[in-house]
Amino acid sequence: MNWRRLESKLEPITESVIRVCGISAIIFVFGIFFFVFREGAGFLFDGLNLWEFFTSTEWYPTSVSHKRYGALALIAGTASVTILAMVIAVPFGLGAAVFISEFCSPRLRETLKIVIELLAAIPSVVWGFIGLTVMNQLIIHVFHAPVGLTVLNAGIILALMSEPIIVSIGEDALKAVPDSYREAALALGATRWQLIYRALLPAAKNGLLAAVLLGIGRAIGETMAVLMATGHAVKIPTSLLDSARTLTATIAAELGEAPVRSDHYQVLFIIGVLLFAITFVVNLCADLVIKGIRNR
Amino acid sequence: MNQVDFGETPFVREKMRSELLAKGVFMLMALTMVLPLLTIVGYLIVKAWPILSLDFLLQNPTSRMREGGIWAPLLGTIYLVCISLLVAAPVGVLAAVYLNEYAKDNWFTRIVNLAVVNLAGVPSIVHALFGLGAFVLFAGIGRSILAASLTLAIMTLPVIIASTKEALASVPMAFREACWNVGASRWQTIRAVVLPNSISGILTGLILQVSRAAGETAPIMFTGAVFFKALRDGGILGYSLFDQCMALSMHLFTISTQVPDVPEALPYATAVVLLGLVLAVNGISIAFRVFLRARKKW
Repeated sequence: MNWRRLESKLEPITESVIRVCGISAIIFVFGIFFFVFREGAGFLFDGLNLWEFFTSTEWYPTSVSHKRYGALALIAGTASVTILAMVIAVPFGLGAAVFISEFCSPRLRETLKIVIELLAAIPSVVWGFIGLTVMNQLIIHVFHAPVGLTVLNAGIILALMSEPIIVSIGEDALKAVPDSYREAALALGATRWQLIYRALLPAAKNGLLAAVLLGIGRAIGETMAVLMATGHAVKIPTSLLDSARTLTATIAAELGEAPVRSDHYQVLFIIGVLLFAITFVVNLCADLVIKGIRNR
Repeated sequence: MNQVDFGETPFVREKMRSELLAKGVFMLMALTMVLPLLTIVGYLIVKAWPILSLDFLLQNPTSRMREGGIWAPLLGTIYLVCISLLVAAPVGVLAAVYLNEYAKDNWFTRIVNLAVVNLAGVPSIVHALFGLGAFVLFAGIGRSILAASLTLAIMTLPVIIASTKEALASVPMAFREACWNVGASRWQTIRAVVLPNSISGILTGLILQVSRAAGETAPIMFTGAVFFKALRDGGILGYSLFDQCMALSMHLFTISTQVPDVPEALPYATAVVLLGLVLAVNGISIAFRVFLRARKKW
């Protein structure tokens, strides 16, 4: 009885705790931006040549005589592995989403969804290890390349990593298309191809776009897998069999050696701010696209 | 009476062929996703088989990580996961309670939901920078299990929020109305009706958080995980909250890239244990969900 009374006395407190927890996500997102920005701000406003940062490929943060912080090669590395990953993952992922939503028996659908969930759960360091061992040997063997740790390697690994997101969100989008669309198309004598290309894909295009955007977000932000599979060469890759280095991998590889508060350390946090901004915009776009569908 | 022939005309055969072709092509695309998983897991297990044993789990790495087992990293991962779960579970569940039970449908709630989505999308290495800047340096905790766990907790918060929200939303509105009608307050209703009826969905989310936290490497690299830390074989009380620790994911990274001349089977076995741990935890969550869906009453 006393406990009950105490609980009802404490109810306002409980509710304010719930409210604080409720907005914690906002606090954390701002906190992440604030603390990452804070560590890099000193050098960002005093010392870093932003023009050089975005246009030069000269990344020599530990040079004794002339330190240079040109991140273009790193941006190109991130862009190249992300683009390659999407070139592979988007058609296959959307194809798999179509298969799961249109061709499967309910039982097979449940099984495939479980497999996708497990695929999404594989830790990125295990993917990186697969890139380092299995894919590495495979690429050396197939292309007679001197090293297998290349854009191609990381692109394939990232494609496999972002496929589960594309498939599950894409399948949701296809499922949201009303059955009347399918019935109308079939009644007009459309084949399954025509049904998919002329009716389903246009009707679900916003959801599919959101799926692709979320896949891109995942690929850009991925760290351990690309750290282990790209082969650490700070230059703009010109072929699929070139090694590269991404923004994320640079932070992971160099932060341990950069003395705290040094220019090098701060420039790594500036790269962090850049990554935060890119993924924020990509996720925001995906969210707006999804919200757009819901409102319609 | 005239017989109507419903047999296959060339046109119908053509259509059926295109139908089959479509099904085949899309099935192949789905298979390209499933097959790599099975092949890779099989390959890893074959490579790791020679040294997989209970001893491998319970022994510490020795001879500069070229021999021995994975006890210290395994224990470190367990510590990190448990502490991050202790932090993330209450915050995440209460956040979901707020979003599903208290929040009105307005612009502010939209922003909160957007923040949850974006928190899930922040790259893991940026979480690492945040953990380093906020917990290790600003809060002065130093590189420790505590700092690494807090970083992991924030990173995995969206997993808990999303699945708890779904679980709460699946409790029928009539349950709440019945409770309000007998005079219960909002919080009493949540505690006595909503939470007990969604506890299984909430647990599923917590299990997923464990799997996610166990596999992450980047966020703990600079906040508390170290290459090597000596520990007694099989000892459980090896670490304190402010110690640095080894972690399974970090250990796999270390022995496969940073240490030369590691016997081949060692990283494979470590990868298999990490993968097995994560997939097993996920499997539990899936089995749990299937079981609950089967016996759900409403």
